[in-house]
Amino acid sequence: MSVLLDISHIDMEFPTPKGPFTALRDVDLKISQGEFVSLIGHSGCGKSTVLNVVAGLYQATRGGVILSGKEVTEPGPERAVVFQNHSLLPWLTAYENVELAVKQVFGKNKSKAEMREWIEHNLDLVHMSHAMHKRPDEISGGMKQRVGIARALAMQPQVLLMDEPFGALDALTRAHMQDSLMEIQAELNNTVIMITHDVDEAVLLSDRIVMMTNGPAATIGEILEVDLERPRHRLELADDPRYNQYRAKVLKFLHERHSKPDVPTKKSTPAKSDAVPAHAGADIKETVDNAA
Amino acid sequence: MNTTTVIATKFSSLKLPHLDATLFSNAMRLVALPVAGILAFLLLWSVTAQNIDTSLGKFPGPAAVMEQFNALYDEHQRSREKERAFYERQEKRNAERVAKDPNYQPKIRAYTGKETFLDQIITSLITVMSGFLLAVAIAIPLGIAIGLSQALNNAINPIIQIFKPVSPLAWLPLVTMVVSALYTSPDPLVAKSFLNSLITVTLCCLWPMVINTAVGVAGIDKDLVNVSKVLRLPALRHVQKIVLPASVPMIFTGMRLSLGVAWMVLIAAEMLAQNPGLGKFVWDEFQNGSSDSLARIMAAVLVIGLIGFLLDRGMLALQKLVSWDKAAN
Ligand SMILES: Nc1ncnc2c1ncn2[C@@H]1O[C@H](COP(=O)(O)OP(=O)(O)O)[C@@H](O)[C@H]1O
Ligand SMILES: [Mg+2]
Repeated sequence: MSVLLDISHIDMEFPTPKGPFTALRDVDLKISQGEFVSLIGHSGCGKSTVLNVVAGLYQATRGGVILSGKEVTEPGPERAVVFQNHSLLPWLTAYENVELAVKQVFGKNKSKAEMREWIEHNLDLVHMSHAMHKRPDEISGGMKQRVGIARALAMQPQVLLMDEPFGALDALTRAHMQDSLMEIQAELNNTVIMITHDVDEAVLLSDRIVMMTNGPAATIGEILEVDLERPRHRLELADDPRYNQYRAKVLKFLHERHSKPDVPTKKSTPAKSDAVPAHAGADIKETVDNAA
Repeated sequence: MNTTTVIATKFSSLKLPHLDATLFSNAMRLVALPVAGILAFLLLWSVTAQNIDTSLGKFPGPAAVMEQFNALYDEHQRSREKERAFYERQEKRNAERVAKDPNYQPKIRAYTGKETFLDQIITSLITVMSGFLLAVAIAIPLGIAIGLSQALNNAINPIIQIFKPVSPLAWLPLVTMVVSALYTSPDPLVAKSFLNSLITVTLCCLWPMVINTAVGVAGIDKDLVNVSKVLRLPALRHVQKIVLPASVPMIFTGMRLSLGVAWMVLIAAEMLAQNPGLGKFVWDEFQNGSSDSLARIMAAVLVIGLIGFLLDRGMLALQKLVSWDKAAN
């Protein structure tokens, strides 16, 4: 199989008030068409950073990403992202959320009727036809995540990037979503990179599991090929010794080999990026607080 | 659920069906308690008023103010009556002259009676809405631009911070002089005094809207911005599809603050500049110094308060209508 996506020796440094912080060092990974790859690693190691670089939302400090022979320099719909917390526009219905994407991607090539059919088809894929005219605050967390996936699928991306897509869901819903995702992937043969911290999810869904070392300067520690034939069924696999071996290998990595031997552990890490405030001046914020 | 509801619900298990209990507690909360509050206020007011002597007699109590409300309404009716009579006479006179001389071009003069209390209210309402809408037209695009661009924010923020606390009384002389100098049409579309009030209102109520819009725009969920980036939405579509709807709640917060400021500023400006409106009415009564003046001013105060309240409710209703954010209250 030919390489579709080449993540080539990327380093990522973030400027912080205490000087540059190296989040990633020399992350190198080649992914083939139709492959399902999971990224697993401890929280804060840099999984989202890798995904954001592939998405084009971050620019790597060194190295680069090549998709179908072209370097990635900015975000685009051919690398659709399913965000961790669904990121649906709260003022639009499920249908309209998907529509925004479809209009933007296919507005020139599809007629109105074709677009409508395509939107409905994608909502149908994730079993959301019955609630497509509901707004995000009227549907459950699992349903929102489904719509997020439908929106990404509707862009017909070359690569589907998913950042802990089922992390916020309860176990039962998550199992349903995993099964749906496997069905969809079997049907459409999407290339997928999925971040997860759920070992079972990684083994069940992936062709390869990429295990990342702890940050700072996180990199790929080990890659595990999951050689289980598809379609996979969670109940049958539960008794399969191979499945349990894969599972044990990932767990072992996470427990033992999680820190890079040549990097001293417990280096002072900068504040979480999420805490960085939006750019409006602090004084402006204060005024509003007073006024409210 | 508040305490009243809880208590009422407990009682309901004894006698009333649940629905009745809820209805009862709602009636209590929404009608009985406010009415009780108002009655207590009226009582306090009338007792206090009796004990305050001014150079224009006793401070007016509720009864005196009510009387003046009636008087003001009667004056208004009489004035409308006069106006109608004036136009009737004029029409008749013109008709007679045309009958005598078919070539006669009838002259029509406008009635120029003194504005009544109701006229002043309407003038003030028109002025405040015009000034406010002008401010909206400036503030929202400006706020969006500032919210989107850190550089613009850095450039404009100091100016906003300096102009925001300026009182309308400071702007008014400047506005008056500038309008006199620049607005010199021989047949003006609107009166200068109207323009003065309007511009002063605009200058004062611009800032809360600019600031809130900017904060709303700058604070948009990063993930939603990323969605827009992944879709490669062009700039204009990004503003239209993501930025504007996402900041609607903050924009409305700013608009409500601004409308409140606008209404306060307008009354002050009308008083100071004696521009037509409720402020002028208050000032005229104050200058007038008759025994009824204080009661009439008090009537105006109540009307000003009531209109301010209704304007705010109106904005809230509008917000509920257009906003996806149902948390608005
Ligand atoms: N925009 C940013 N600015 C500064 N530091 C960042 C930024 N984004 C991520 N980081 C840091 O990079 C490291 C990896 O973050 P992330 O990729 O979100 O981890 P993960 O997704 O594996 O939990 C963390 O230490 C985080 O604080
Ligand atoms: Mg993450």
